[in-house]
Amino acid sequence: MSTAHSIGIVSAQRASFGTPLVFRSGAVLPRYELVYETYGKLNADKSNAILICHALSGHHHVAGYYADDPKNVGWWDTMIGPGKPIDTDKFFVLGLNNLGGCHGSTGPSTINPETGHAYGASFPVITVEDWVESQARLADLLGIRQFAAVIGGSLGGMQALQWSLAHPDRVRHVFAIAAAPRLTAQNIAFNDVARSAILTDPDFHGGDFYRHNVVPTRGLRLARMLGHITYLSDDAMADKFGRELRSGRFSYSYDIEFEIESYLRYQGDKFASYFDANTYLLMTKALDYFDPAHEFGGNLNKAFSGAKADFLVVSFTTDWRFSPQRSREIVRPLLHNRRNVSYAEITSTHGHDSFLMQDPYYFDVMRTYLDKVAGECAT
Amino acid sequence: MSQIGAKIIQERPDFAAIAAWIPKGATVLDLGCGDGSLLRYLKETREVRGYGVEISDPGIVSCISNGVNVIQNDLDSGLSDFESGSFDYVMLSQTLQATRHTEPLIQEMLRVGREGIVSFPNFGYWRNRLNVLRGNMPVSRELPYQWYDTPNVHLCTLHDFETFCADHRVKILERRVMTGKNEMNVLPNLLGSTAVYRFQRAV
Repeated sequence: MSTAHSIGIVSAQRASFGTPLVFRSGAVLPRYELVYETYGKLNADKSNAILICHALSGHHHVAGYYADDPKNVGWWDTMIGPGKPIDTDKFFVLGLNNLGGCHGSTGPSTINPETGHAYGASFPVITVEDWVESQARLADLLGIRQFAAVIGGSLGGMQALQWSLAHPDRVRHVFAIAAAPRLTAQNIAFNDVARSAILTDPDFHGGDFYRHNVVPTRGLRLARMLGHITYLSDDAMADKFGRELRSGRFSYSYDIEFEIESYLRYQGDKFASYFDANTYLLMTKALDYFDPAHEFGGNLNKAFSGAKADFLVVSFTTDWRFSPQRSREIVRPLLHNRRNVSYAEITSTHGHDSFLMQDPYYFDVMRTYLDKVAGECAT
Repeated sequence: MSQIGAKIIQERPDFAAIAAWIPKGATVLDLGCGDGSLLRYLKETREVRGYGVEISDPGIVSCISNGVNVIQNDLDSGLSDFESGSFDYVMLSQTLQATRHTEPLIQEMLRVGREGIVSFPNFGYWRNRLNVLRGNMPVSRELPYQWYDTPNVHLCTLHDFETFCADHRVKILERRVMTGKNEMNVLPNLLGSTAVYRFQRAV
């Protein structure tokens, strides 16, 4: 095994698309831009490309760091790089910021060239299907006809699944990590509370807060705080914070007393300082809408009947936002349709966030599977 | 046969017995598939479409490395991920004796598969009997554990298994009894160390 280290200095690129994109909702985006990063080399027959789909708050900066900002390390740098499970010595890895995002791709905070103002509330509600369509166009631009693998965790896993449905001939392996075939009512409920926090913030201005030079910070903060609670496990929170008090004793006030309160508010503040409220709304809506069985009378077996890829499904024992049970709901229709599928259930204490953590077994599964994928690319 | 295949057969004669019963292109489910070597062997020699079920983390990694499909699950929690009648054969190789809910598992095998195949160490094998006669729990190649660390909670003899089948509407279609690579046709319950059975639901 080679020594794993960082891919090193990376830089973002930008692609412009002039062909209108028709959304599921019927809305049309006449032109748009996507920012992306690539790592490793595309081989001669262009068979070694891997697409990384990001989750709710992710973006195109997946691995490495920037020359002018060395502390800004990619969000999945532990997984991707030379000698790492997603080995950039073997694969050409593509990460992008999804359409509607707030890290450089066209989204609600982008200036609409037709009006001279930010899209704001006028940015169309986007779905996982729309993202995959825009990702396919980016692949076209880069000359990638078929991905060796499309890999995603959480909402990213849904995009990976959608690839196998929308473009069965364009992906050989799909990795659905800490994902679900569709959200449960409980999960939609969490998203609704998060959205309500933003929508009812007086600074939201119906989504057009940019014109008022304000940011719905309170709403975003609350949304993120709630999200964070659901991404961690009860045990992880107990281990990390327990009932620890900041000052060591009760103050009998509504100040920040418990360490968990301090942590949540810090995370909320940090998130609200850089994330776009409209993007948050769009991402959670995309999560809620995703249901491949919707057009098949709720039947997932039928929904997956056209898939041709091989699948790796991974879940984490303490993940209650996207529990192992939800992952097995992905496995079952794949078994029904006799797809090649393997399923690993990782014992982990970190809840939904586990998919971003370094765990020896999780990484072994990823590395072993991807070694097989790399073997196919070489032949 | 690949070199790996030949080596596996050397080490696990019950694999060859199982493979001999599986027609080309069959669909198989291997319960407690370990490192996936039986499935790999069947894939290479019988072109089966198969899946394994395994609980251990190292087993899952080895299965992936062996290029076979594997689902991480505890057999004792049932086979609810698998649809009725979805496999030609459901196999349980050297795992029967380590299952807790053995009775419902055999029924589940016949719900999911058209036929079931099990192999297990024969507790009636003369060496095991001799050990017990001498006053000790047997420890052997087939039963490599001490009484205090064994995963084997449901050991049985050929007679026990056949009685079980008769009592549970399970029809035995074929039986092979072996000691090492040798087939034992005389006094199998005494002379055979490993038994392999193929069975289906009795009508």
